Amino acid sequence: MTIIGWLQAIAFFAVVLALTKPLGLYMMRVFGGERTLLSPVLVPVERAIYRLSGVREDEEMSWFVYALCVLAFSLISLVYLYVLLRTQQRLPFNPQHFGNFAPDLAWNTAVSFTTNTNWQFYSGESTMSYLSQMAGPAWHNFVSAAAGIAIAMAVIRGVVRTSAKTLGNFWVDLTRCCLYVLLPISVVVGLFFVWQGVPQNFNAYREVTTVTGVTQTITGGPMASQEVIKELGTNGGGFVNANSASPNENPNPLTDFIELILIFSLGAGLTYTYGRMAGDTRQGWAIFAAMSLLFFAGFAAAYAAEAAGNPLVHRLGVLGANLEGKEVRFGAAASALFATVTTDTSCGAVNAMHDSFTALGGLVPLVNMQLGEIVFGGVGSGLYGMIVFVVLTVFIAGLMVGRTPELLGKKIERREVQFAILAILVTPILVLVPTAIASVTPAGLATLNNAGPHGFSEILYAFSSTNANNGSAFAGLGPNLFYNVATGINMLFGRFAVIVPVLALAGALAGKRAVAQNVGTFTTNSGIFVALLLGTILIVGALTFLPADALGPIVEHLLVLQGKTF
Amino acid sequence: MLKELGTSVRFTIVSVVLLGLLYPLAMTGLAHLLFPRQADGSFVTRDGRVVGSAIVGQLWTSPRYFHGRPSAAGKNGYDPTSTGGTNLGPSSKKLIDATRAAIADLKRQNPDATLPIPMDLVTSSASGIDPDISPEAAYYQAPRVAKARGLALAAVNALIARSVRGRTFGILGEPRVNVLKLNLALDALRS
Repeated sequence: MTIIGWLQAIAFFAVVLALTKPLGLYMMRVFGGERTLLSPVLVPVERAIYRLSGVREDEEMSWFVYALCVLAFSLISLVYLYVLLRTQQRLPFNPQHFGNFAPDLAWNTAVSFTTNTNWQFYSGESTMSYLSQMAGPAWHNFVSAAAGIAIAMAVIRGVVRTSAKTLGNFWVDLTRCCLYVLLPISVVVGLFFVWQGVPQNFNAYREVTTVTGVTQTITGGPMASQEVIKELGTNGGGFVNANSASPNENPNPLTDFIELILIFSLGAGLTYTYGRMAGDTRQGWAIFAAMSLLFFAGFAAAYAAEAAGNPLVHRLGVLGANLEGKEVRFGAAASALFATVTTDTSCGAVNAMHDSFTALGGLVPLVNMQLGEIVFGGVGSGLYGMIVFVVLTVFIAGLMVGRTPELLGKKIERREVQFAILAILVTPILVLVPTAIASVTPAGLATLNNAGPHGFSEILYAFSSTNANNGSAFAGLGPNLFYNVATGINMLFGRFAVIVPVLALAGALAGKRAVAQNVGTFTTNSGIFVALLLGTILIVGALTFLPADALGPIVEHLLVLQGKTF
Repeated sequence: MLKELGTSVRFTIVSVVLLGLLYPLAMTGLAHLLFPRQADGSFVTRDGRVVGSAIVGQLWTSPRYFHGRPSAAGKNGYDPTSTGGTNLGPSSKKLIDATRAAIADLKRQNPDATLPIPMDLVTSSASGIDPDISPEAAYYQAPRVAKARGLALAAVNALIARSVRGRTFGILGEPRVNVLKLNLALDALRS
């Protein structure tokens, strides 16, 4: 490790920290329906969208109706993308004349983008038309991210409203998020990306003869407009197979830095929104602090492992950091940083191949996803995932001191804890059970790229990633019918089996009265609370996943030290 | 549920037109207005002929040119329509064998090299089209290139020193040399 490597992470974190309050305030104004700088331009557009979609702006929804809207919209957007991919051959903007997707791959891809996972079993540059890219995945990047943020806003309202029956209006939250938050940032930063070298065109691929006479096909496409929303919405589905490792998507260290900031900024801002709406910004900063500690711990571990390098390669007489599956312009530090950030959140974009990380370096993204991506998290999903852990923590703390647990003056009772536990249990069940099945069936073992413990890690990573709606991969694992279907189902449950109980929890909380705090109240804005919250997250995660992780990366690390290969 | 489904269909149509079509089309227009060269793919021309893209690495095999990194993109490497890495894990026998072979190749091609073998020249990149090598990797190859061209080693080393791009703002990323630009500068050196 070097000081400069650490400075990158610290500079990155400083920018995110500086953006947290202004972005959080801005989002609070936007979702509160207040006027903002962009209102003169965007209010007419917003009104037009409501009129054309048949949305009544002033209608408030119960948690049940809100959840129903989320499910209905997700279903329609899933069917839409499936049809688009199955018919792209005959549609315009297809200069490479790509054929239609096969049914199982179209299903997998449609689920992948509907759930904000963006798991890529397809290679964009060799299978997907420009129309499919921009009206499919890129559009999904906007709306699935906006849906996540909308749900987070509904959950925040549930926590802070008292004796209320409603959580807001899904369509209004969705529209405002797209128009006022995602679109303006995408336009500005997208053009910045073009300036830095990210292509933005509709040209057919161009055959060139290189300096030494080799024929090379240079790809094109509307990449910059997709790249920016891919990071901002923590989506992560790349225009090309190599994702943000490709110099087309991510041409230099500055674009890399900006991409990292895009990934974290909205999730970080939402913690401030939460604190502000709760009437006590320290509530938000407490969550921010817990998240920050987990971020730095992850980066330190990943960077140390990648900078130390692969002992088996060192034995061949070449020393230095692990550069297999990494780009020269990023090196060990920026690659470790990206891997940490992309799995702290549900982004899943990669600027290096996680499959080729050292055993312990690859363990970091795996653990991040297994903890539920609650470090700033997927836009929206990170905050509501963290609030679930907050509910669990106050419950445990209440049991320890023998008082009825409270959150912001509201009693946490059986119903709330049941919904919270339900949401937390989804992860282990959906990761461990399919991993076990895949590990002992021929179909599950058929498309592994690595043998030995690393092969097991590929399977474990795939189900951890799809369940957590991350989308990054130990990409050696190839698609087949089994994985297309299994990971597809996994992504669906990973998203909606969490969203529904979380909205139910929010609905239950909204209906409660708040009682005044007294000296016996366990506060949720103190250092002690942050420590308890971290303890809860780590204990739940470790109890659940340590045995499985031991069989994969940890065993591999020990065997590599002994000089074993597979 | 029917009402929610109806709204979903209508919202999908409206938002696809706005975010899926108008947004990327407007961005393409603006991009070509402001940064036409980058928007098209940063093509590099020599004597009026396009010889590649500045941001996409290409395959070099001649001893007269600096070589890039091993590539897993496509059958022969450096295929932008098939980007990606080897995805071999740290304990993979294939990886260790491939690295051993890359080291042997490198030593055979550079008999006069005196510097330690740079890690980036024996490991495959993530994209398979990495346009850069480390400055160490360029200096390592300098004796071979100088000999093949009949140039003084000092002249080649000076060219490398001029071609190194440092970290952005002194902290971001790693120092690097763009192989295509270095090789074009090398050709220009002679004439």
